Amino acid sequence: MFELVSQIFTDYTLRNVALGSAMLGVIGGVLGAFAMLRRQSLLGDVLAHAALPGICLAFILTGSKAPLILLLGGGLAGWLASLLVLAVLRNTRLPEDSALGVMLSSFFGFGIALLTFIQHGNNANQAGLDKFIFGQAATILASDVLNFIVLGGIALLVVGLLYKEFKLLSFDPGYAVSLGLPVRGLGTLLTSLTVLAVMVGLQTVGVVLMAAMLIAPAAAARQWTDRLGTMIWLSALFGAMAGVSGALISASRENLPTGPLVILSISAILLVSLFFAPLRGLVWDWARTRQNRRRIHLERLLLDAHVLHNHDVLTPQTLAERRRESVAMAQRHLEALRSLGWVQQSQKGLALTPAGDQKAHELEQAMRVLPRAKGEPPATFLGSNPS
Amino acid sequence: MPDFRMNADLVIILTAILVSTASALVGTFLVLRRMALMADAISHAVLPGIVLAFWLSGGERATLPALLGAAAAGLATVTLVEWLTRTGKVKNDAAIGIVFPALFSLGVLAVSLYFRNVHLDMDAVLYGEIAYAPFNNLTLWGREIPESWLVMGSLTLLNLLFVLLFYKELKLSTFDAGLAATLGFAPGALHYGLMTLVSFTSVGAFQSVGAILIVAFLIIPPATAYLLTQRLPVMIALAVGIGFISSLAGYALAIWLDASIAGMMAAVAGICFALAFFFSPLEGFLTSRLRRDRQRLEVAARLLVAHLAHHSQPVPEQEVLEEFGWNPRFLKQAREKALQAGWLEVVREGLRPTHSGLAVSAQPQLDR
Repeated sequence: MFELVSQIFTDYTLRNVALGSAMLGVIGGVLGAFAMLRRQSLLGDVLAHAALPGICLAFILTGSKAPLILLLGGGLAGWLASLLVLAVLRNTRLPEDSALGVMLSSFFGFGIALLTFIQHGNNANQAGLDKFIFGQAATILASDVLNFIVLGGIALLVVGLLYKEFKLLSFDPGYAVSLGLPVRGLGTLLTSLTVLAVMVGLQTVGVVLMAAMLIAPAAAARQWTDRLGTMIWLSALFGAMAGVSGALISASRENLPTGPLVILSISAILLVSLFFAPLRGLVWDWARTRQNRRRIHLERLLLDAHVLHNHDVLTPQTLAERRRESVAMAQRHLEALRSLGWVQQSQKGLALTPAGDQKAHELEQAMRVLPRAKGEPPATFLGSNPS
Repeated sequence: MPDFRMNADLVIILTAILVSTASALVGTFLVLRRMALMADAISHAVLPGIVLAFWLSGGERATLPALLGAAAAGLATVTLVEWLTRTGKVKNDAAIGIVFPALFSLGVLAVSLYFRNVHLDMDAVLYGEIAYAPFNNLTLWGREIPESWLVMGSLTLLNLLFVLLFYKELKLSTFDAGLAATLGFAPGALHYGLMTLVSFTSVGAFQSVGAILIVAFLIIPPATAYLLTQRLPVMIALAVGIGFISSLAGYALAIWLDASIAGMMAAVAGICFALAFFFSPLEGFLTSRLRRDRQRLEVAARLLVAHLAHHSQPVPEQEVLEEFGWNPRFLKQAREKALQAGWLEVVREGLRPTHSGLAVSAQPQLDR
């Protein structure tokens, strides 16, 4: 493992792959955070799928396979698809998910048709265009990494400059409008920046899996914090971690594709976050629920014991009869109450301790809508007055 | 009996039509239930199910295990997405976007690790091998028929039966899930039934059009039909028809351009959607714009006649322009409209309402 990590600095290919994936993780994480807050998570999926025909058209038109030209073509096509989704949503009553699905699949279908058209033609230069579908990180060169840094740098710079505006847009677009901010323009700008992120991802994870790089880091980061600033930093960190670890794992053996491994790494990070993040983690949720359930169970027991203590005798038999349970079970329940110091042994069986009596009284008061007035007879609800 | 092996075109086209029909039948309800992207997720997630079945059945490409594996994977996707959404930690769309790439990655990883040189390559995953449909035949009751006909034919029949048998229940639970639950129609069972059929359809079509392009067949024709009608039976019929058209036109285009048949079919379906978007009589972009213009002119013409009716003398056009603040071109259009309807006449001094024009402006308009 250590050997592998040290190879990042010595091995040319691994260094480029790791850097490229990390860059993708950072920019995908940052822009995904805004996309998630604006409930546009799946727009990234559409942008990525729609990039395919753009890549093919760029190749057909220019005949060049320079990555930057192909990526620009892909970005333009993705951008066009997002504008079309908006146009459909504004002018028809088609539900949003259908509009996204229509654009995604028709652009992608067109892309596949173009791709096969190119492949079946007599162009010797065409090989390797299909690497954009699933990504082929091993082909990332130092010049590609430079492209990624420029593209990602532009996106991050714009986010940094307009952070306040984007934040307002994500949380309260209505207020942003009332302040006179160009909300529609800002929204389009954020989408365009997401297009940049997709362009960075095309070579690494490909069009099919790109969606996860925009969603999973942000969703994972969301579990750890309630503050946007922290969330964006965490999201970028998680994305970078997934990128590097995906690159490392894929380098550890033959025949391990990088893209899917990056996606699986970020999915693992998300799973850990979902279960174990402090406060929001599912494990703590479950623990809290269990604890509450146990507390309520004990309080009901104490109230039952309190009633018996006041109006009858408190023995395992009477408690069992009242709670319609077995005597052995009632015995165990009384034991639990005794270990809490609420019940003690007395001459005629068992009795509530002063502490238990006090607690039961508090509980009874808490259940009343109005506190009991002086001299009023004891409450009759909850079966506390057996007749 | 015609020799099917000789007629490859027929095999491919009929396979495509069966795929598009089966998809349109269930896809209609996906679009109406706002679960279009669930179809996207299922179609991707089917891959690990197929790989698993492929592995369990010992590397043989068998249809039944693949169907079962895919159905399991599809239901697992739906369950996972719903569970993630229910925890409240992640929104529904984000949950979809997290689950399917993860499952699809597992599938791709398994393929590249264990099935590198086997008959399950990634091209097939992407755009299927509908061109090979004529070469996979099997013998049934002494006749040789293409396997794809049998698979897709039975799936189409299954989907058709499902829609016909549970039409009332589907309709009710789609448009008013609450009422359906109150009346005891078990919308949950129906939901999972529908999802199972979507998974079946995805994997059945996997061999012909690939796991990803099946989304195009599931969503685009119903979405196009959605723009064209507001009635459920019409929508289903239109969706099937649009699938039919895109299959035929897509095949012709693909042969002409020597490109992927499935990809072309999806592209043609996309073009159908674009046409419906612009020209739908219901709410097409251009048609509603035209309708708006026509109505504006109609109102202007009525306004003009009503204005003239208040004057005993003919009114010069210049005065109308000053009165309404219209530009001369618009006045000309409104005048032409009113002339056509016979509401006014042009005399030397200006414009004068006719008898029918006076009658129109005197009557309150209640007929619209």
